[in-house]
Amino acid sequence: MTWERLRKIIDDVKEKFGEDLVREVYVEGKIAKIVVKKEFIVEVARYLRDTHGFDHVKGVTGVDLSRLREGGGPYIEVLYHLGSLEDQELNDVILNISVLLDIENPTVSSLYSIWPSVEFHEREVYDMLGVIFNGHPKLERILLPEYWMDIPPLRKEYKVPGRE
Amino acid sequence: MVLEEKKKIEVYDTGGPRLTFSYGPQHPGTGHFRMIVTVSGDTIVDLEPDPGFVHRGEEKMAEYKTWITNIPHLERPAILDAAGMVIPYCLTVEKLMDVEIPGRAKYLRTIVAELDRIASHLYWFSLYGVFLGHTTMFLWCVNDREFILDLSQLITGQRFTHAYYVPGGVRNDAPKQVPKELVKEFKYYYSRMIGREPSQEELSEDFSKYVLAVTHFMELRLDHYYEMFFNSEIFLERVRNIGVLKREDAIRLGVPGTTLRASGVKYDTRVNDPYDAYPFLKFEIPVRNEGDCYARAMVGYQEIRESLKIIRQAIEQMPEGPFKLKQHPVVIKVPKGEALGRAEAARGEIIYYIVSDGTDKPYRLRMITPSFRLLPALKHLTIGARIADIPPIYWSLNYWPVEADR
Amino acid sequence: MVLDQFNLTRRIPKKTSVFGYTLAYSKDIIEAIVEEVIPDDEREEAIKEYGLGRPVKVIEGGDTHYVLQLIKNNSLIRYIVNWGRMASLWPAHLTTACCSVEFGAVSSSRYDPERFGWIPATGTLRQSDVLLIEGTVNMKMAQRVRLIYDQMPNPKWVIAMGACAISGGLYAKDSYNVLQGLNDIVPVDVYVPGCPPRPETLFQGLLLLRDKILKSRLE
Repeated sequence: MTWERLRKIIDDVKEKFGEDLVREVYVEGKIAKIVVKKEFIVEVARYLRDTHGFDHVKGVTGVDLSRLREGGGPYIEVLYHLGSLEDQELNDVILNISVLLDIENPTVSSLYSIWPSVEFHEREVYDMLGVIFNGHPKLERILLPEYWMDIPPLRKEYKVPGRE
Repeated sequence: MVLEEKKKIEVYDTGGPRLTFSYGPQHPGTGHFRMIVTVSGDTIVDLEPDPGFVHRGEEKMAEYKTWITNIPHLERPAILDAAGMVIPYCLTVEKLMDVEIPGRAKYLRTIVAELDRIASHLYWFSLYGVFLGHTTMFLWCVNDREFILDLSQLITGQRFTHAYYVPGGVRNDAPKQVPKELVKEFKYYYSRMIGREPSQEELSEDFSKYVLAVTHFMELRLDHYYEMFFNSEIFLERVRNIGVLKREDAIRLGVPGTTLRASGVKYDTRVNDPYDAYPFLKFEIPVRNEGDCYARAMVGYQEIRESLKIIRQAIEQMPEGPFKLKQHPVVIKVPKGEALGRAEAARGEIIYYIVSDGTDKPYRLRMITPSFRLLPALKHLTIGARIADIPPIYWSLNYWPVEADR
Repeated sequence: MVLDQFNLTRRIPKKTSVFGYTLAYSKDIIEAIVEEVIPDDEREEAIKEYGLGRPVKVIEGGDTHYVLQLIKNNSLIRYIVNWGRMASLWPAHLTTACCSVEFGAVSSSRYDPERFGWIPATGTLRQSDVLLIEGTVNMKMAQRVRLIYDQMPNPKWVIAMGACAISGGLYAKDSYNVLQGLNDIVPVDVYVPGCPPRPETLFQGLLLLRDKILKSRLE
């Protein structure tokens, strides 16, 4: 039942914003994802928060797609995993929204003004992958040591010193 | 005994000089985690958490290891409840492979997961007690936890880092007999702690009856804990009305687990998004409304009782049959795609996001652990409190630094 | 050195108490201390060296030379001092990763370590003898481990517990942030293997350390 409700939400978002801004990836039982163009992420997020009741973010993930065999390319994908606690039906599922960024110059505006729970997760994505979030109150190193001088470690071009 | 309500402590900024110090990584009260604290007098004005002292790079390492040799690595973040860390990984890989595990495996997974949850909560209470000055709680809890770890050792072979779960089932079956020396030790311990001899039917060597005897013993001990620790002045004076987290703040900051349930939100992944044998078992979710440190401790206490109920029902209802789908080789290939899976560890909800490329190694493995999501709450609760309130607030959130850093 | 500060061989006061008299004139003690004159070309390094074997300046008839006072190999004092050190080892509290859970379980009464004199004092570093490093040491944590080792007073020992502290363990090849073995930063006395080691294994390591202290040279 809740996956049908998600299906309706995704159709509603696609109808409001148009097919060229929003694309979907939906496999029932596994993943429900909306891919948004990078300039409109703040508007889509505000719409999801106010109209459909997604009130917190469970985490932010960054994926480096440069070595994926199908559907890859010189992109970094940043995913936000959204959840809802007030709405009883939406308690059971997670909706993901994502943006595709260019690997040479990955910048996107931060969603801190809409959901304050992304503060530490966005810092970690900055640390591990080098993505810059405009508008974040304090974008600094969080997990790596203070003297780390190499490229961000989760990129595919970084080779771990022990094996190679 | 009646305690008076304490007034809420407000920020008392004298305008005088501020002092910044480091509540450092070598501190008996925090473990390997550092907080940079700015005070004015005795009141905290700013607190900046500084994780990263145990960052070992699990997410990058997972791309160099195959699907099954990843499992001992993924257990190590929260080593106390290793079951809780590996279950969502197995669920996600099974979603990608589109398989369904047999019935006996579901019940065995549930039993070991609940045993690990009880062991983790008992260790949490022992540290909570000793850092507030109550050493007896440390010794009692750590001792009782040994019998739970013995049960886990009989089923899986190891005390807590068992690597018992594989995508497709579990590794071995539960035994039928319990060794005689263990029953003798249990009888001695029972008669010293409870004060009377256990009855004859509790002392059999059959495995299911031994498990029921241990769960009954744990319930009697929980009553002792309530009288000795949770209802004593040493604990109540330091913990009532400290660190109050209101319901709107808890939802807005995105905290998981025990902290959320102590602030009035009824949410548990075992009920909302069930997996394994949980749809067939009956249990409740403890919820409290006050949101202070006392409420968080009491929610943890009630969760131990519910876990004992679950173990009892699961042992009685377990069906016969195979416990694994088929004998896996060490190298398996998972079809292409991406999936999201989640489960309830001892501290809250864990989410795994896996991208697979069709080869024998994962392309990207991301784990979102509950301890990392507690950092905004730590910052929000300590601002305005006093220095002496940092240990109760920190330990009531049940923050484990190794899990947050991965 | 223990007796150095009292300087008993040079200045024995005339009127002492009975205990001082017996101690000062005890043949064992006077014979136990042997002096070794440092040659001239090694004098500069000998002055700069600090630690247990500190050279002592002696002026005799207008002529200065430096001697190193050592206790001879078999003597009563060595046994007594070593026994005092081994029978009450106090660990410094430094939790470093997963093995700290096993250390907490060892302090329970099922595996009682207090009968060996091992009291887990959660006090300061200045009052502890043993640094027990449990688990993985990070690059960020390695600087702090060295600072902590330097802050402890002599005599001190180090136990490396767990596979990660011995050689990197489970994270040996593929991690970018893990120190491959503690030998690179502090001198280790006892290695306790396991991942995590069972409580009985940790006890064996403790007994090995006690043996090592009892038979060591007193400097």
